[in-house]
Order: sequence, then C-alpha cells, then structure tokens
Amino acid sequence: MKYVDEFRDGEIARKLSLEIASISAGQPIKIMEVCGGHTHTIYKHGIEDVLPSNIDMVHGPGCPVCVLPMGRIDDAIAIACQPNVIFTTFGDMMRVPGSKGSLLDAKADGADVRFVYSPLDALKLARENPDRQVVFFAIGFETTAPSTAITLLRAKAENIKNFSVFCNHVMIIPAIKAILDSPDMRLDGFLGPGHVCMVIGMRPFTFVARDHHKPVVLAGFEPLDIMQSVYMVVKQLGESRAEVENQYARVVRPEGNPKALEAMAQTMELRPFFEWRGLGFINHSALRLRPEYADWDAEKRFEVPGIRVADPKACQCGEVLKGVIKPWECKVFGTACTPETPIGTCMVSSEGACAAYFNYGRFSMAAQRSRLPVINLTPAPAVASAPASKAAAVVSKEAN
Amino acid sequence: MQPDQDKAGSKLGEALDKIERVRVHRRQKFNLRDTHITLSHGSGGKATHNLIEGIFAPAFSNPLLDRMDDSAVFAVEPGASHMAFTTDTYVVSPLFFPGGDIGELAVNGTVNDLAMAGAKPLYLSAGFILEEGLAIEDLRRIVTSMAGAAARAGVSIITGDTKVVQRGKADKVFINTAGVGMVQAAWPMGQAQARPGDKVLINGPVGDHGIAILLAREALEIESTIGSDTAPLYELVARLLVAAGPALHCLKDPTRGGVATTLNEIAMTSEVSIALDQNSIPVRPEVRGACEILGLDPLTIANEGKLLAIVAPEKAEAALQALKSHPLGREAAIIGEVRAEPVAMVFLRTDIGGTRVLDMLVGDPLPRIC
Repeated sequence: MKYVDEFRDGEIARKLSLEIASISAGQPIKIMEVCGGHTHTIYKHGIEDVLPSNIDMVHGPGCPVCVLPMGRIDDAIAIACQPNVIFTTFGDMMRVPGSKGSLLDAKADGADVRFVYSPLDALKLARENPDRQVVFFAIGFETTAPSTAITLLRAKAENIKNFSVFCNHVMIIPAIKAILDSPDMRLDGFLGPGHVCMVIGMRPFTFVARDHHKPVVLAGFEPLDIMQSVYMVVKQLGESRAEVENQYARVVRPEGNPKALEAMAQTMELRPFFEWRGLGFINHSALRLRPEYADWDAEKRFEVPGIRVADPKACQCGEVLKGVIKPWECKVFGTACTPETPIGTCMVSSEGACAAYFNYGRFSMAAQRSRLPVINLTPAPAVASAPASKAAAVVSKEAN
Repeated sequence: MQPDQDKAGSKLGEALDKIERVRVHRRQKFNLRDTHITLSHGSGGKATHNLIEGIFAPAFSNPLLDRMDDSAVFAVEPGASHMAFTTDTYVVSPLFFPGGDIGELAVNGTVNDLAMAGAKPLYLSAGFILEEGLAIEDLRRIVTSMAGAAARAGVSIITGDTKVVQRGKADKVFINTAGVGMVQAAWPMGQAQARPGDKVLINGPVGDHGIAILLAREALEIESTIGSDTAPLYELVARLLVAAGPALHCLKDPTRGGVATTLNEIAMTSEVSIALDQNSIPVRPEVRGACEILGLDPLTIANEGKLLAIVAPEKAEAALQALKSHPLGREAAIIGEVRAEPVAMVFLRTDIGGTRVLDMLVGDPLPRIC
C-alpha cells in the first residue's frame, strides 16, 4: 500500500539497526517514547526485536485512556446513567474500569452509551435527537483537543443546546516535566509525540534539551519513523548534543498548527490542577471549558460525584506510566489483570503499555524460557535494571 | 559473580517466571466472571469463549460437543458412514450490504461449518424471527437470496419455522439455520489435529466481510468498493480432500474474530504453536487502508468465504495448487507453519522483521457482523 509500505521496509530497518549499534557501541541507552501511539507501533511491529539489544525503549505517559483517574470514569458513568442522556465516547473508553464497573457495564444495564469516531459525530447525534441530551466524553492530549474545540465552536454557532462535552483533555508537557523531575528518572533521551507536535509545534520541548540536557526527536508513527528517530537520539548522544529535532517533518511544522491552537484557546482554558493516574495531581496540566461555553459543559449541566477514588492497591499503572517499571514487573500483570478483565487502565487501550505488551510483546521471552541458563552466563550490563527482555531477544535472534 | 550480575540474573529469572505464569494462566480453562451479557460476549473472541466454557459447555457436556469443532461429527449408527451436524444464527446489521445479505450469509455460514468438517452439505433448516413492521418486500428479497445461495451450495432447505415479535423486541430479521452433511474424509480432521511441521494455508485475502459491513453502516463516511466475501466453500474443500488426502489435518473458517482468533483456537486445542509470516498473508489494499484508518487489525476481522487449512508439509504445495485451481482460491497462499513450542501461542513475523504474539480478539470492534 502506497505511503505505508515505504515505512515498513525490513531491509532499511536492519540497516538502521546496524547504524544504531555502531554509534551506540553497546552502551546501554534508555529512550522514552512519550506517546502511546509509539508504544503501540513498537509492539505491533516487534521493533524491540529489530533494535540492537542495548537500546531500551521505556514507555511513557502518553496514552490518554491510561492517565485518566478512576474517579473521572465514575463521573462519566454517572452522567451516562442520567435519564434521557445519549453518552458518546471513543471505543477504548468503553472498557476502562471505574470503581463500579465500566461504561460497557453501564450500557448492559440500560444506559445509552454509543461509540463515535469523532466529536462531530456526537454533535450530529444531538441534531438528530433534539429531545435527548447528547454528551461527548472528551479525552486525549493536544492531538484530540482541537477537534473537541471545533465541535464546540460549531455547537455554539448553530446554537445546539442539547449537546455538551465532559472535558478531560490533558497536556503532554506538564507530564513530561513531572517525569523529568521525578527522582526515579534514568532516561537518556525522548521520542516526542508527533501528533501532539503537529498541533503545538516544536518550541514547547526546548526545555527538555536546554534545562535537562536530554535529546528529543519528534517522531512519526510508522516502524521506520521510530527506527530513524532512535537513530537520531543515539546520534545526538554520540555527539554529546541535546537538541530538539524533527523526524516527522512531513507532518510537524516547527510552529505547530496555529488554527488548532486558536480554536482551543477560544473554547478551553487551563485547569488549576488535574489528577493523573499514577502521576498524581499536576498543576496546569489539563483543560476545561471556558466560562463562555458553560452551557455546553457537562460538568456544569449534570451532577457529577467528583469523588477521588484510589487506584486498586495491586495496580502499578503509575509506575508503568512513569517508566519506572516494565509492564511485566507489575504484580498483577497478565494474571489478575488482562485485557479481558483489566484492573488498570494500561491494560485497556491498545496504546497502553501493558495491553501492548500482553497482546504483542511477550513471545521472545516465553519462547526462550528453556534457554535461561544460557542467558544467565552472559555478563549483565552495568545498570542493575538492565532490560531482561533484551537479553532474551538477543538469544531469540540467534536462535532464528 | 559480582553482586549486580547476580541481581540482573535474578531479575531476568523473575521476568521469565512471570511470563511463564502468564502463559499458564492463558491456557487455563476460561473463567466467566461477568454478571451480565455485554456485546463482547458475541464477538467470537475471548469473552465468547468464556461464555461458552462457563455456561454452555459444562451444562451440555458430552464427547461430541466437547470437541468444540464447528460441526459435530457422528455415525448415524455403529459402523455407518459419518454425518456432520451444525447450527448458526444470523443477526447481521444492515440486512443488505455490499457483496451479500443476511439470507445468503445464513446459508453460506452454515454450509461452510459443515464443509470445515470435511462434509458435503446436504440439507438445511431455516428459522426466522421477524420484527413487527418488517417490509414483506425485504423478507421476499432475503428469502429469494437464500434460495439462490442454497442452489449454489447444492443444499435443500427442508424444514423451517417462523416467529413474529413486537416492534423493538428484535431488529427486523434474525435467522437461524441448521445443517447436515455427509463426511467425506475417512481420517480424523479437526482443530485438535495440527502437528508441528504442518503448513497453514488460506484461500485468499482476509478481512473483506467485516470491513464491508463496517463501511456499510452509515456512521462512517468512507467510500469503498469492498464487498463481503460470503461464499460456499465445499467445492474448495472437495478439491483439498482429493489433493491432500489424510495430510489435510484441519479446516476452519476464520469468521468472527478473524484469522487470529481461529488460529489461536487451533493452537490451544492441538497444543502446538503457530508461526505466521505477515508479508505472506493476503490483504486487499482497500481493507488494509480501512484498517489503518480505523486502527483495526485485518487478522482479527471476520471473513465469510475463507478457510484455513492445516496440511502436512509434504502435501502443502499440492493443497495450494488445488486451492488455486478454483475461482475462490485464486489468491491462496501458504501463510505460516505449525511448531512445537511455545504451546498454545500464535506469533507473527512482522513486516519489518520483528516478532510478536498474535492473540485472540478481545472486546468487540464491530458487533453484529453475521
């Protein structure tokens, strides 16, 4: 398929891998891919098998489903269960567990919950059902916020009063700041979230390079985009540089998308603080509707419990989202918590690190179990938390 | 040994233990924890398995059912030839879609379940649940289409039933068909028969049916020329039976849950591993395009005119040629092979040369596709 196959060429991937291996010379390097879309690509295409074994990809907080705290899901369900409401949401959110079940359970109990591909579809539903209240569950980073903003502008222009938005848009930069300030931080560089950058541009990332001296490469979402971006990070490290570079230039313009930013600014404003799953409360990290849009604000139109709910004790989504532990290091991973019966959000969305790992990623380790003694003889790299998966992956490559 | 080496070593051991636990957990009997039916229970994926294993299988358990093949195969009386028997219910929405309609599907789906048992389909029953207010003209179209499909599949519809329910208690038309056929293979065939070394064949591109239905629904404004692949497969099966003989170990049609779910079922039942090569799996560009846009995997999308054949390696090429000799198998391909380890897992060699697990479908990307 044109424009896709070009970015999935195994031969080029192997060449890039050799280049990365030669520049990094076996040094263990930890690179965080901030965006859940990258995590998904990495696992779906088995990129960890193709990368040299000293490159460790650490999964970041950029999965909008994963970072939403349980209390907000409960609020969403409370709205969905109100009489006369059609509650619309992206498909992934249907299965995310709140403290008392998911939206899918609420639907089975009789709530009118529908999944849509765009907030404009929700607005269309509102036009078609003037006697019903249509609520859109807005989630996502700066990538999806503009489409919510444009829908709000249109709702106001057309004066559609039976439509409202339950706004949970969050912003990526405060989350990256929180990770950089975390004492657990042991990262060498970042793959920046290409689609967010398409909206906000390159400038917001300069502090990572300037203040924290970590390379950032704004990356696309095809396998070769990821490979090339890793190469660019490793090259910066090799040359002792820390800059913001743009690998995804076919989409990301340095200044971002001013029109999208303008629509967001017209309809939304910063919340003083917002709770992130696993990261806790972060100041100025999320958006709410501006007072001029109060009529379309579901939080104002409906009673929401707004109760903070602690995550299940066993769940370690927080550590996974910060890149402190790998999905398989969580106590409930794959046993109590699976994609069919998720405990934590990271196991729900296809962009969640745990779900990606569970669905796609565990082969090389499982297959090589019988070779454990062989792996044990290989001296471990100096860093204690060196990626075990890599060691297994190497053996897997030899076995092939 | 230095302390940090020790630490890394034990960490690796811990990781591998964890992975093993997941693998064991995954192979355990399905465990139904839900309190209500949700749409995922109809997806054909994991939740459907949970429901079947948690509710139906224990209640109805018997040696024929417990094999969990698409059709039950039994001798009419001791020493007599073997018969295959199956049933399926159709609730697809919309009733008419590019490439077919609910009537054609109701015939082809059931005759294909018989064909997958190596049986020549003979007779069908047809039960209709009709919603008050359904246009008679729509019903006529559906029934005419069923008659045509039955003629093409070489079966007769020899008994039937009709019920009407109040408006809102069903959605226009639901159809149940059951079928019987005579088994043509004189050797054991089924999803427990895959052996290490066997090759995995498919008769053409995957995902057409599910994507055709998805795009036929109004909400998505994507235009395409993709039609459902619904077709009766017995003629293909007959050619395979001749070309491969007892080397044909298993036939299964990748309907709900797609190729991924179907191969996982085979891997679990046969206690083998299945390795697929992504670059060998035929997918139409339109289907790939739609999947890329919608974030779906063609390997978990339903098919209604495809079969997966597990064939011993020495007959794989003959089986491939047999498939290719028929119009429904022109784009047939060998897409993978059966291995001994790791048991009960399917994995995919990806387009860029990585490896990943290919799991069953979880959740339901599109309800009511058949």
